Amino acid sequence: MAEELKDIVLKYVTKEYLEDDSEPLTYETPLISGGIVDSFSMVSLKRFLENKYQIAIPDEEATPEAFDSVNKIVALVERFVAKKG
Amino acid sequence: MAYSDRIRGAYQATLKGIEDAGLFKRERLIHSPQAADIEVEFPTGSPLKKVINMCANNYLGLSSHPEVIKAAHEGLEKRGYGMSSVRFICGTQDIHRELENKLTAFLGTEDTLLFPSCMDANAGVFEAILTKDDVIISDRLVHASLVDGIRLCSAMHDTIKHSDMEHLEEKLQLHADKRFKLVVTDGVFSMDGDAARLDEMASLCEKHEAMILVDDSHATGFIGRTGRGTHEKCGVVGKMDVITTTFGKALGGASGGCVSGRRELVEMCRQRARPYLFSNTIAPVVVEGVLKVMDLITKSTERRDKLEKNAAYWRRGLTEAGFVLKEGDTPIVPVMLFNAKLAQDVSRALYDEGIYAIGFFFPVVAQGQARIRTQISAGHEIHHLDKALEAFVKVGRRFDILGKTKQEIVAKYGL
Repeated sequence: MAEELKDIVLKYVTKEYLEDDSEPLTYETPLISGGIVDSFSMVSLKRFLENKYQIAIPDEEATPEAFDSVNKIVALVERFVAKKG
Repeated sequence: MAYSDRIRGAYQATLKGIEDAGLFKRERLIHSPQAADIEVEFPTGSPLKKVINMCANNYLGLSSHPEVIKAAHEGLEKRGYGMSSVRFICGTQDIHRELENKLTAFLGTEDTLLFPSCMDANAGVFEAILTKDDVIISDRLVHASLVDGIRLCSAMHDTIKHSDMEHLEEKLQLHADKRFKLVVTDGVFSMDGDAARLDEMASLCEKHEAMILVDDSHATGFIGRTGRGTHEKCGVVGKMDVITTTFGKALGGASGGCVSGRRELVEMCRQRARPYLFSNTIAPVVVEGVLKVMDLITKSTERRDKLEKNAAYWRRGLTEAGFVLKEGDTPIVPVMLFNAKLAQDVSRALYDEGIYAIGFFFPVVAQGQARIRTQISAGHEIHHLDKALEAFVKVGRRFDILGKTKQEIVAKYGL
C-alpha cells in the first residue's frame, strides 16, 4: 500500500499546491517548512486523505510537522489506516 | 523588571538574523505632506532629498487635497479632536453614521460599520459571522490582514490557487457538507495588481450557496467606471455579501476602514466583532475628511479617469522600455526582478535618481518573486511619469535587465 499511497499523495500535493513552473517534488521535499504548502492549505489534503481512506485524523495529530513531506504524510495515514483495522 | 541580559540577547540575536538575511526594514523619514513630490531623509541623518513618490497608496491624490484638509479642519472645530470611547459606549457621533450611510450607497450594499482600520475590519469580521461548523475558502494571495482574521476564527480554512475558478469549484464541492461556506478574495491584489474575477466567483457562489467576501482596499474609489470598486468593474454590484475596505489609501489616506454588506452580517459585526467592540472610534477629524472625499468622488469621476490614463501611460512606458511586468490594468504595476538583492539594489539606485520606489521580497511576496512595486496616482502629472521612466530606464540599463526575460534575469542574478 505504501508505494501506491506515496504516489497518490505526491500527485495530489503537486496538483493542489504547485504552480506550473515549480521544481518537481520528491517524497522528502519539505512541504510546510519549505514554504510550498502553508499550514492553512493542509486542510484540503487532510480532508482528501480522510475521505479517500475513510479515516479521521484528529487536529492535534495533523500538525505541520506530520504533514511536512510526502513520506511523513504517508506514515501518518498508514498509522490511522492500521488503527482502523 | 526582569528584562535580563539573556532575554535582551535573545531578541538581539533574532534581529541580527533578520538583518543578516537582508530582510530588515528601515523607515524613511518624509518631511513633507504625502504627494507625488516629497522630501525624504534617507538614510536617517542625510540631507533632505526631493523625490517623486512612486509607491504610495494615494491613488486619487487626495491625501493632501485642500478641500479634504479644509473639511478635516472644520471637523476638528465642530466635533472636537477625540471621542475617548469605543463606538457603543459614547463614541458614535452623527457623522459616523452619516459616513456609514454614504459608504453603503456608494458601495451598493445594505449596511456599513466603521472600524479603526481595514486591518481591524478583517480581524473582526470572520469571527463575528462564522463558527466551527463553517468553512472559509480563500485565494492564496489574499492580504495578510485577511489571513490573520481567518486565523482568529474557528471556521475551517481552505485555500485555492490564485484566481483559479476550477479549483474554487472543486473546493466548494469538497466542503459541500459545511453549514456555511464563505469565499474570500482581494478585489485588486496588492502585490500583483491584478483584479479578482468577481463575476465568475459570484456565479460559483450562487451555484453552491456560498457567501463571498471581497477586500477592496486597493480598488474602492477608483476601480470600475464610477470608482465603486472591483465589483463594479466585474458587473456584480449588489452581489457581494461582504466588502471590507480602507480609508487609508484612495479615500484620503488617513486611517479607518469598514465592513459593508448584508444587513445581518454587518449587525453581527456590530454585536460581536472584537476590534469594533474594544477599540476606539475613528477620530471625528478623519470622519469629516472621508466624508469630503466621498463627496468629491461621487460628484465627479475626473480623478479616477486621470488615474486610469496615468496607469496605462506608465505601464506602456515600462513595457516599451523592456521591463518584465506583472500583467494587469490597475494602478499597481509591479516591475519583476525576481532576486531579492537585485530588487533592493535597483530601489536604491532609483532613489539616487530621485525616484522613491520600494523593493518587495520574501516573505512579503513568494521566494523568487522579488519586485519593485510601483503605484500610480491621479496626483502624478505626465512630467512625473516621464522623469520616473527615464530613471527606470537608466537604472535598468545599468543592471542590464532591459529586454531580458525572467529566465535571463534569473540566470544573471539568481533567485
